[in-house]
Amino acid sequence: MARTREALLLLLDVSPSMHSVLPDVEKLCSRLIQKKLIYGKNHEVGVILFGTEETENELTKEVGGYEHVKVLQDIKVVDGHLVQSLKHLPQGTCAGDFLDAIVVGVDMLIKKYGETYKGKKHLCLITDALCPLKDPDVGTKEDQVSTIARQMVAFGLRMKNIVVRASLSGEPHMRVIIENDNLLNIFSKKSSAKTLFVDSTTSLRGARKTRDISPVTIFRGDLELSEKMKIKVWVYKKTGEEKFPTLKKYSDKAPSTDKFATHEVKVDYEYKSVEDPSKVVPPEQRIKGYRYGPQVVPISSAEWEAVKFKPEKSVKLLGFTDASNILRHYYMKDVNLFIAEPGNSRATVAVSALARAMKEMNKVAIVRCVWRQGQQSVVVGVLTPNVSEKINIPDSFYFNVLPFAEDVREFQFPSFSKFPVSWQPNEQQQEAADNLVKMLDLAPSGKGEILQPELTPNPALERFYHHLELKSEHQDAAPPPLDDSLKKITEPDPTLLAESQSAIDAFCGQFVIKENPKLKKSTRRFLREKPSGSDEPNGDGSVSDAQAVNSMESKPVVTVDKIGDLTPIQDFEAMMSRRDCPDWVDKAIEDMKNKIFGLLENSNEGINYPKAVELLVALRKGCILEQEPKQFNDVLEKVCKICRKRNFSTFFDFLMSKKLSLISKSEAVDSDITDDEAGSFIVKSQPKHED
Amino acid sequence: MELDPDDVFRDDDEESDNEFYQEHEATKEYVVYLVDASPKMFSTTCPAEDQTDETHFHIAVSCIAQSLKTQIINRLYDEVAICFFNTRKKKNLQDLNGVFVFNVAEREQLDRPTARFIKEFDHIEESFEKEIGSQYGIVSGSRENSLYNALWVAQGLLRKGSSKTADKRILLFTNEDDPFGSIKGAAKNDMTRTTMQRAKDAQDLGISIELLPLSPPDEEFKVSHFYADMIGLEGDDLALFMPSAGQKLEDMKDQLRKRMFSKRIVKRISFIIANGLSIELNTYALIRPTVPGAITWLDSVTNHPLKTERSFICADTGALMQEPAKRFQPYKGENIKFSVQELSEIKRVSTGHLRLHGFKPLSYLKDYHNLRPSTFVFPSDKEVVGSTCIFIALHRSMLRLNRFAVAFYGNPSNPRLVALVAQDEIVRAGGQVEPPGMHMIYLPYSDDIRPVEELHSDTDAVPRASDDEVKKAAALMKRIDLKDFSVCQFANPSLQRHYAVLQALALEEDDMPEIKDETVPDEEGMARPGVVKAVEEFKLSVYGDNYDEEGDVKVSEASRKRKAATENAAKECANYDWADLADKGKLKEMTVQELKLYLMAHNLSTTGRKETLISRILTHMGK
Repeated sequence: MARTREALLLLLDVSPSMHSVLPDVEKLCSRLIQKKLIYGKNHEVGVILFGTEETENELTKEVGGYEHVKVLQDIKVVDGHLVQSLKHLPQGTCAGDFLDAIVVGVDMLIKKYGETYKGKKHLCLITDALCPLKDPDVGTKEDQVSTIARQMVAFGLRMKNIVVRASLSGEPHMRVIIENDNLLNIFSKKSSAKTLFVDSTTSLRGARKTRDISPVTIFRGDLELSEKMKIKVWVYKKTGEEKFPTLKKYSDKAPSTDKFATHEVKVDYEYKSVEDPSKVVPPEQRIKGYRYGPQVVPISSAEWEAVKFKPEKSVKLLGFTDASNILRHYYMKDVNLFIAEPGNSRATVAVSALARAMKEMNKVAIVRCVWRQGQQSVVVGVLTPNVSEKINIPDSFYFNVLPFAEDVREFQFPSFSKFPVSWQPNEQQQEAADNLVKMLDLAPSGKGEILQPELTPNPALERFYHHLELKSEHQDAAPPPLDDSLKKITEPDPTLLAESQSAIDAFCGQFVIKENPKLKKSTRRFLREKPSGSDEPNGDGSVSDAQAVNSMESKPVVTVDKIGDLTPIQDFEAMMSRRDCPDWVDKAIEDMKNKIFGLLENSNEGINYPKAVELLVALRKGCILEQEPKQFNDVLEKVCKICRKRNFSTFFDFLMSKKLSLISKSEAVDSDITDDEAGSFIVKSQPKHED
Repeated sequence: MELDPDDVFRDDDEESDNEFYQEHEATKEYVVYLVDASPKMFSTTCPAEDQTDETHFHIAVSCIAQSLKTQIINRLYDEVAICFFNTRKKKNLQDLNGVFVFNVAEREQLDRPTARFIKEFDHIEESFEKEIGSQYGIVSGSRENSLYNALWVAQGLLRKGSSKTADKRILLFTNEDDPFGSIKGAAKNDMTRTTMQRAKDAQDLGISIELLPLSPPDEEFKVSHFYADMIGLEGDDLALFMPSAGQKLEDMKDQLRKRMFSKRIVKRISFIIANGLSIELNTYALIRPTVPGAITWLDSVTNHPLKTERSFICADTGALMQEPAKRFQPYKGENIKFSVQELSEIKRVSTGHLRLHGFKPLSYLKDYHNLRPSTFVFPSDKEVVGSTCIFIALHRSMLRLNRFAVAFYGNPSNPRLVALVAQDEIVRAGGQVEPPGMHMIYLPYSDDIRPVEELHSDTDAVPRASDDEVKKAAALMKRIDLKDFSVCQFANPSLQRHYAVLQALALEEDDMPEIKDETVPDEEGMARPGVVKAVEEFKLSVYGDNYDEEGDVKVSEASRKRKAATENAAKECANYDWADLADKGKLKEMTVQELKLYLMAHNLSTTGRKETLISRILTHMGK
């Protein structure tokens, strides 16, 4: 198909100043060719080197000049050999004149394709543009560039220039640089050439898209501001994730001698009844069932067709709102671009007016979109202005999908201010953080942005293609490690870290982190990986782990298993209310008894009496609650006996004041003490003063 | 597990994508909604937006109804029970007074919600007085304690399942802050104590009790009276619990709704800052597209579920084989084989952590730097003490300096550069609108960004709006301003429709419900004279007075050709007597070209094989 035909001419500068970046140029170009081998098998590619020792091109044969420009490969359909030859570019020895290379390239393309070729024709120039250009025989360099640019427009050639300035250390040729940049600028202005300056090898690797996807509109039609006012727009995808190539399943069944074996695997599906696995149901006898709770509702596609949501294709404005109402993290998907219908100047003006007004007033537009007729859903999204700075590019809008009510989970999180003071950074810590955020700067003023998404290649995909190439040579090659340029994507750049070392050290010095000592080792394991099956043999262990984790959520719950000296009453209550084992109640009462007797025994002149009575009160309460009247009554009687023996008369006064008595039948059914007996107990057991 | 063939056909990559969208659903949730049905719930009202008053009972019930509907869509395996207390009639396993467990046929008391359950619960208020009745369950002079009973019943309902695999929760809706206020003296203490003990028993069994208080407009719900102890609130938490009394009804509903959901952590990751300093973060999926659930294939004859069996057949030999362990990519005329391990090894370009690169001003994060929904990160001190402190410090600095962090997230299935954007807490009307924390935005790589702006660029300058035109556009914007627009204020009409249809079919109703599409423009507002005038003025300024909608457009070559072909086909088509041909079964004898004439003339698709074309023609003719 003519649409997918494409010709690309690489113009590569191999002059000495480029030597340091050549490995990355090689990789970039190989990747480009590799992807063409997979996605664009009939694309045509040619390679021209300049700055080489030798000279080899048609123009030099025909008219002379154009030295040090070498055609490495004529334009032809991509093949595996090209990847090989791009892997080791010869290192040039001479200054590279990129203008010469462009002329040679343009000449090649025109000679090969003329005006009739329907496919796209691209030139891609990679240079550092540091070498001075030769003066032309007639006119100025500027004139020369303009002439070439006109030619390029006439033949529909597009050019992309990548200028690598990795290390601009004390550059002596400032004048040359300015002149060259100026010339490249003329190209951009006068033809559809684009110039990109990159300052690191990482950016170089991402500077040329390694796969060209021909853009397709997802919508062409009206942007309806109201019933009466419509603007013709086209909508394109602005971002789209490049996925790993879809690999096929490999079958090793075919004999190795079979040259024509496809090694493909066919996947067959059979539908069997769940109840009766021997019964196979033909595909056309199936019907779709939709889940609704535990029910599965069968609905035929015809039925569904009749009732499903069918919105009309349209893009309608719902209104404008303050940009601050739409937070950045609500953007849901890849991004679209709305541009006015090409060639429609009034629509272009309308879009431009809206975009500029939006930018000025800090507003955004909310729109409702149904891209295609027959689409079953609508999207609500936000248009944000994209005001163009170049005069030849129209203003446009970016479109981002916003979530529906169903898509948002409104979890609540604690306010930072509500956290304990120990979790709040103090002034010095805050200052160190401020400093770090300022110093660890990826967009230093005066220098290029580091890790700009537009210039950052996908390290995993790069690695895949690298591995693919290695495997084509050796079937058993292991996955290659990331090279240095790619490592700067996955790990922070050591040079940048070194520059802000003081800020980092200060930051690290201000904060202390440590492993949580409260967590048992087993719990940590629990945190890392949730157990896959719940019925693990080590039942006991995992129960306590789970509990530990649960309790972490709110506040640590300490389970009490003995009555201490500090808070005996609370401990007692806690033990009494433990429900994990009935023995706790008995143990609590027993402990309490001992405590009370202990207090009485060791009471010097009655200082422990109030405490002992308090404990008795608590014990009484607990025994009523647990319906254990006998336990308490026994204790009380025993206490009274001891007191009578030792003549602790003040203790009885305490008991009286607290109205402490035996547990009666009305309080606990199991008691064999009547209310009267209980009432008179203390009086009876009091030691007679006469004695 | 039912397999959807659409699912099976996906390659590895998409599977890992699925993982991204799926929440970590290892645990399910058992919830008992405990609703106070005392007369006070019916007599206290809140003024609603449309001037009518709503009772607290109504608010509670509608919140639950709302959450059930969300649940049946989103969280299929969670189980619920609804239990009223302070009721006249009783219905519960323990046969306790004043407690009524609401249920429908063919459903256990604690079970997944069914269509019938939801539907009948929707009408609970109409039948409540007759079927269940409201009555104070705690009155002086009687030892009856309905709150105690209710907790007991709820605990009984939650007996099933282990607390290891399920979150068990009791959500208590009430407007009585002092349930034993009417009781005096020892009896009050006694009831308080026993109720506390009951609650504690439940909590010891791993059941969490959460209070959803309702307060009348002019009164405050005093948690400290009774409930603070029960749900274990102290000090600051207490003050935080009831942010303010007398909020608007909408806010109260909003808060109730938010509290009903429990947070689920997607992943715990460590965030490596520098020098080996790394802190612990939890990630949450706050925003993910909700899609209609997966389909289950049924046998259309019996309506019984089918299981899909996959078999692998070697295309060369026709032999049946095991799932192949290798994949291949044709390259340079060879088949390059990769093992599944190798492929995952390739993707593992970094450890699974988040690694800080540095910071950039917020203006560097463009609107088109987006691929998928963001992920929320919040610090945790659970394993690494000090994480929260560092996080808060960075969070504050980033907010103050208007910067975002760039980090590499080495997620093994899809490693990406991410932007971490700090979000300050936003509280409105006592409720949290935006939680404090950072949002992780997945950044595109260079090959993911397309230079489409330049696609139609010319060497000539393109038209731009003049100042006057911009002014007119600004005036228009002021007119059509959505003041209180909040993201996600619309329900997804397609999803609503989907589930409304499902619900109707599940309940075997004949009428298909009408769903209001909230996303259509506000026609009324657009017709206001001020708006119409502003639109007219803008139109006049950019289009001029004689704008012909179509006239300005160059019709493309292809579409003109297509149009001509259709016209021609219509003419040619008239030469045949199609009905007659079809009746006599002579369509088969015609050429594909001839058949296409009919299809083109009637604007039908012309793709497919001859049989397909014929059947399409017959369908169109209604035969």
